[in-house]
Amino acid sequence: MAKRFQLLQGNEACVEGALAAGMKFYAGYPITPSTEIAERSAIRLPQVGGKFIQMEDEIAGIAAALGASVAGLKSMTATSGPGFSLKQENIGYACIAEIPLVVVDVQRSGPSTGLPTSPSQGDYMQAKWGTHGDHPVIAISPASVQETYNLAVRCFNLAEKYRTPVIFLMDEIIGHLREGCELIPAEELEIVNRGDHNVTGMPYAVSEGNYVPEFACFGEGEHYNVTGLFHDVDGFPTNNNEIARNAEQRLMDKIDMNLDDILDWEEVGTEDADVAILCYGGTTRAAKGAIEQAEAEGLKVGLFRPITVWPFPDKAVEELSKKVKHIVVAEHNYGQMLGEVKRVAKDNCTVDFIGKIDGTTLTPADILNKVKEVL
Amino acid sequence: MKKAELRFTGSGGQGVILATIILAEAAYEDKLQTVQSQSYGPEARGGLCKAECIIDEKPITYTKVGLPTLLLSLTQASLDKYVKDLQDDAVIVVDSEITVPEEVKASHKVISIPIIQSAVEVIKNPMAANIISLGAVNEAMKLVSQESLEEAVLNHIPKGTEELNINALHLGAQLVKEQ
Repeated sequence: MAKRFQLLQGNEACVEGALAAGMKFYAGYPITPSTEIAERSAIRLPQVGGKFIQMEDEIAGIAAALGASVAGLKSMTATSGPGFSLKQENIGYACIAEIPLVVVDVQRSGPSTGLPTSPSQGDYMQAKWGTHGDHPVIAISPASVQETYNLAVRCFNLAEKYRTPVIFLMDEIIGHLREGCELIPAEELEIVNRGDHNVTGMPYAVSEGNYVPEFACFGEGEHYNVTGLFHDVDGFPTNNNEIARNAEQRLMDKIDMNLDDILDWEEVGTEDADVAILCYGGTTRAAKGAIEQAEAEGLKVGLFRPITVWPFPDKAVEELSKKVKHIVVAEHNYGQMLGEVKRVAKDNCTVDFIGKIDGTTLTPADILNKVKEVL
Repeated sequence: MKKAELRFTGSGGQGVILATIILAEAAYEDKLQTVQSQSYGPEARGGLCKAECIIDEKPITYTKVGLPTLLLSLTQASLDKYVKDLQDDAVIVVDSEITVPEEVKASHKVISIPIIQSAVEVIKNPMAANIISLGAVNEAMKLVSQESLEEAVLNHIPKGTEELNINALHLGAQLVKEQ
């Protein structure tokens, strides 16, 4: 029996959380700084009756994971920026064929092979727009090792519930950080599992009032068609414009109509603060350090941290922009979530930015100096 | 306790990263708050290597060491690079082959002990330098319990080297006491 409390790397906690959620299959191609996810999956999956396979490249990795998921196994693949680029086509396939999958991207500095071992959050927009066409996206970003464990479970649950790929948007800061982690056993967690639905000839039929078709495991019962083309409820391709429109609309609606369930954020001390730092993922640690220093100097600084980073929490950030005079967006990139914040905040408050693109990390002092600049 | 910000430095392959992992694990076992991180990349393979561990009673927000309260250096190059960034009352633990600048000696507590020589001559295994260092650092800084530290060491070493490594741990503490 594994110890309940362990010192783990973020990448290791990701695997343990995935296993608690019921992961039974991992396929991928190792890449820094995500490699420990493949390594631990290779050790741990056989111990729980699961399968690990190292494929010939990142594309094959996600393709194998998709196949396993369609066949009924909770599946995951992990990578970093260069591999995330390669996986994009199949992420789109998972969106339209409605295949649950967790895709972990432990971000590093880019573009291309960039700075392999340096932290970054440069894939934030790619998580949403990396694959072509209008499609729904859920992306989640952890700020500690414990949260990596807990949110890995949530990623699997959301993937199953909404039959969609979920991007676990990690970064090198948290992926390679070791901290204490409570390995909460599955029995104490809410775990979403697939039912034992059988194909009735209409695998993509949706019951009244629902947005998500029930999942029928491929290979059990009647075979059905799985395609990246727009398809009717029978799973076969169609060029019918009305069917295509309705199918696309339903894909978007199944996320948009369930934002209360999907969105999640941390908001601290914004009620009586003039300025709020808005950040996510590993950057949060420097932001919290900045807030501690600010408090020691008698400054009130709030924090707003999207945990679900896609869809963007429009309403909550709009409310934030009416509460505070200034928002400082801190990201390890050239300014990506910044655009979303500006779109939502409009002229309600000022929106400033502090970022890093040289492979080093933002320090509490960097962020606090920016806060003082805008005050 | 005062927040301990520890920076272990040396050459890739000397095991300084593992030493910080063991220390963090012992701290966690002692119910203290801890984070551990390291520099990755080409510099971790033969060149300069840096690993960090923070231990505190309060939750740790920012995960990197700003100015260390302790610097361990196992090579001259690593001391030269990192000796500039220290808290005023920081302790420096170095291998006795390393030359520490006079002004640093004047302003800081410097513990210079034969870590690498002892690993080779006493423990008969140069790979034990990191565990000797660990014993020395814990003796100098009183960070974690001996029990947790020994348990954490045993979690991270190859089978058959238990006695050797526990001896190395004790030797490190002894070298500091005798200094």
